[in-house]
Amino acid sequence: MNDDATDQDPDKTRWIRSCQNTFQTAITCQSKMDQETMDTDFDVIVLGTGLTECILSGLLSVDGKKVLHIDKQDHYGGEAASVTLSQLYEKFKQNPISKEEREAKFGRDRDWNVDLIPKFLMANGELTKILAHTDVTRYVDFKQVSGSYVFKQGKIYKVPANEMEAISSPLMGIFEKRRMKKFLEWISSYQEDELATHQGLDLDKNTMDEVYYKFGLGNSTKEFIGHSMALWTNDDYLQQPARQSFERILLYCQSVARYGKSPYLYPLYGLGELPQGFARLSAIYGGTYMLDNPIDEVLYNEEGQFKGVKTKLGTFNAPLVIADPTYFPEKCKSTGQRVIRAICILNHPVANTNNADSIQIIIPQSQVGRKNDIYIAVVSEAHNVCSKNHYLAIISTIVETDKPHIELESAFKLLGPIEEKFMGIAELFEPKDDGSKDKVYLSRSYDASSHFESMTDDVKDIYFRVTGHPFVLKPRDTNEDQ
Amino acid sequence: MNSGITSIKLVLLGEAAVGKSSIVLRFVSNDFTENKEPTIGAAFLTQRVNIGEQTVKFEIWDTAGQERFASLAPMYYRNAQAALVVYDITKPQSFIKARHWVKELHEQASKGIIIALVGNKVDIVSSGGERKVAREEAEKLAEEEGLLFFETSAKTGENVNEVFLGIGEKIPLGRPDEQSGLQNGGVRITDDQRIDLASTGSGAVAASGCNC
Ligand SMILES: Cc1cc2nc3c(=O)[nH]c(=O)nc-3n(C[C@H](O)[C@H](O)[C@H](O)COP(=O)(O)OP(=O)(O)OC[C@H]3O[C@@H](n4cnc5c(N)ncnc54)[C@H](O)[C@@H]3O)c2cc1C
Ligand SMILES: Nc1nc2c(ncn2[C@@H]2O[C@H](COP(=O)(O)OP(=O)(O)OP(=O)(O)O)[C@@H](O)[C@H]2O)c(=O)[nH]1
Ligand SMILES: [Mg+2]
Repeated sequence: MNDDATDQDPDKTRWIRSCQNTFQTAITCQSKMDQETMDTDFDVIVLGTGLTECILSGLLSVDGKKVLHIDKQDHYGGEAASVTLSQLYEKFKQNPISKEEREAKFGRDRDWNVDLIPKFLMANGELTKILAHTDVTRYVDFKQVSGSYVFKQGKIYKVPANEMEAISSPLMGIFEKRRMKKFLEWISSYQEDELATHQGLDLDKNTMDEVYYKFGLGNSTKEFIGHSMALWTNDDYLQQPARQSFERILLYCQSVARYGKSPYLYPLYGLGELPQGFARLSAIYGGTYMLDNPIDEVLYNEEGQFKGVKTKLGTFNAPLVIADPTYFPEKCKSTGQRVIRAICILNHPVANTNNADSIQIIIPQSQVGRKNDIYIAVVSEAHNVCSKNHYLAIISTIVETDKPHIELESAFKLLGPIEEKFMGIAELFEPKDDGSKDKVYLSRSYDASSHFESMTDDVKDIYFRVTGHPFVLKPRDTNEDQ
Repeated sequence: MNSGITSIKLVLLGEAAVGKSSIVLRFVSNDFTENKEPTIGAAFLTQRVNIGEQTVKFEIWDTAGQERFASLAPMYYRNAQAALVVYDITKPQSFIKARHWVKELHEQASKGIIIALVGNKVDIVSSGGERKVAREEAEKLAEEEGLLFFETSAKTGENVNEVFLGIGEKIPLGRPDEQSGLQNGGVRITDDQRIDLASTGSGAVAASGCNC
C-alpha cells in the first residue's frame, strides 16, 4: 500500500539528519542512561491510550509539542483496546474455562483481537481523513465491510449500495423508490450558494420531517433514511433542523460511493490497531511512551491548575493534561446513558447475508418497540480478529429497562447459535468542565454509535480548547510519496 | 503485484544503544556516526537490494523510542516478515534482552518471520576491547531458535550488507500466487477488498460524489 519511498522520503531525511546529529557527546550506553537523561518537563501530558488520546497525542507531537503519554495499563487502547480471548475471559468471567478447553474450542489465543467497543470507520468520514492525512495508513491495513443490513418485520435486508441493488431491493415499492430517487437527487445536487438546488427547503429552518413531507416519503422510507443512512439511533432528529441529517446522509452516500460494498471500513487485527498507529506517529515526532505506569498523584499549583503527575518512574511536569474519564472520575459526570454491549463468538456466518465475512445490522427502534436502535457489528477471520471459521458479533444499544440483557433478545435471535457470550454495561461519562480553569482536558466515553464521527468531533473540540486554534487538515505535500 | 519486486517489512529490536539505527544507516547510506543520539524521530525508511534476478525492497521500521519504557506496540512487529534482533557483544545485558526479544517474536509475530540475531560492535574487540558475549553462546541460541546469525560492525561496515542479503535470500520470492498464499508469514496480501486509504488523501469528493 505504500508508494515507493525514495530519497525524498521525509522520514528518511529525518532519519539521516538525526543520525548525523552529533551534538550529544559523552553519554553513550550506560544502562542507567534512561534515568539520568530522562526529561521531566513536557508541553503536554496525556493519560490513557484510547483512540481519542492517541490521535491528540499524535497531532500535538506533529505540531512540535513535547508530549509525555502514560497509561496505567500494560497495553495500548484503554477502553478502546482489542484483546485476546484469554484477556476477554479474564475481564468478563469469574470462572474462565481452562486453557486447554479454550484452545480446543477456539484455537490459538494469539489469533484473537476482540474489540471491546464495536465501531466501523465511515469510508469518507473524518477519522479516515485524519488517517490518510497523518500517514498513519502506513501502519494499518483496512478492508471494506461487506454489507450493511437493516431489520424489517422480522427479516434482514441489504441496504442497497448501488443503483442495481436499489432497483431490485424489496425494501420499497416501485413508486416509493421513485420518490426516494428524487430525494437522493436533491441531496447530491444541493449546493449551499445555489438557491435553485435547495428546491425551496432551508436546512436550518425546515425540520427533517418537513423535508420528508416535501418528497412525499412514507413512514417506512423515513425509518430507512433516518436509521440506515443518517444512522440516527432514535427519532429525535425528525423535529430538528434538517442540516445535520442532510450532512449525515451525504456522508453515508459518499462513503458508499468510495469503495462500493458498504460505507464502512475496518482495520486488519482489530480497532486496537488505531490507537497504536497514532501512538507510533506521536513517538516518531518525539512523543515519550510509558505503559504500565499508574498515576500515584496528580499535582496542582496554588491556583488549582494542573502541574504534573507523580509515578513510579518519576515526577513529570506539564502545564496541561489530556486524559480519559477513568483518570479523573471526580471531574466527570454521567450522561445518564448506559450502553450494553454483548460480544458473541459464532462458528457460522449470520444467516441471510450471503455468508458475508463482515456486516453491520441495524435493528431500528420502532421495529422492536424500543426508543433506541440496536446495532450488530460482525467481523471474522478475514480481518485477523479470530481463528478460522469463527465470527465475532458485537451487539450494542442504549439501556432502556432494568433487564438490559432481555433488550438484546431480537439481536441474539438473528445471530443464531452462539458459542460464547461476554456481556457488559458501560456508563457513559463526559467532563464537567471545559478544562480552561484547571487545565485538565477530558475526553468523553465512547458512545453507542456505530462509527467514529462523534469521537472525531471530541478530538477536534479538545484540540481547539488545548491549542486555541481549530484543527484543520492541511493539504498533504504532494511530493511526499513520489 | 509488481513482478520482480518483493517488499519486506523488517523491524529492528534490541536494547538501547546497541547500534540498531547505526546498522541501518550503514546499510542505507553507507555512513556511520560516532556518539549517535538515541533514536527518536526517524522511524521508517526503505532500501532496495538486488538479489539475483529479484529486487527486494526493505521497508525498515525503527522503534521510534517506544521500547525505552517497555511500551512497544504489538503492531510494530505484527506482519513483519523479518526482524533484526541486535545486541552489543561487549554488553552481556544486551544479549539477555536479545533472548527476550526472540521469545517475544516467536510468541507474537507472524509464524514465518525470519529473524536475524546480530552481535554488533565487533570492531571494539578488533581494536583491543573486551568481548563479553561469546560467539558460541550466540550461535547456540541461533541454532536452537532457527535464527540467522551475524556478528557485525556498523562502524567499519563489516558484515552489515550480509545481514540484509541473508534475509533477502531466505524470503520466498518469485511468483505472486505463491506470495499471496503466505497468509501469516507473508508478503502483503493483495485481495480485492483491501483498501488503499492513502490514495484517498485528496479528499476532493464533492457533493456530486453522492452516487446513490
Ligand atoms: C435504499 C435505496 C437506495 C437507493 N440508492 C440509489 C442509488 O444509489 N442510486 C440511484 O440512482 N437510485 C437509488 N435509489 C432509488 C432507486 O434506485 C430508483 O427508484 C430506481 O433506480 C428506479 O427509478 P426509476 O425512476 O427508474 O423508477 P421506477 O418506476 O421505479 O422504475 C422504472 C422501470 O423499472 C421497473 N422497475 C423498477 N424497480 C423494479 C423492481 N424492483 N422490480 C421490477 N421492475 C422494477 C419499473 O417497472 C419501471 O418500468 C435507491 C432506492 C432505495 C430504496
Ligand atoms: N564502536 C562501535 N560503535 C557503534 C557501532 N554501532 C553503533 N555504535 C555506537 O553506539 C551508539 C548507539 O548506536 P545507535 O545506532 O544509536 O543505537 P540504537 O540501538 O539505535 O540506540 P537507540 O535508538 O537508543 O535504541 C552510538 O554512539 C554509535 O556510534 C559499532 O559497530 N561499533
Ligand atoms: Mg536507534
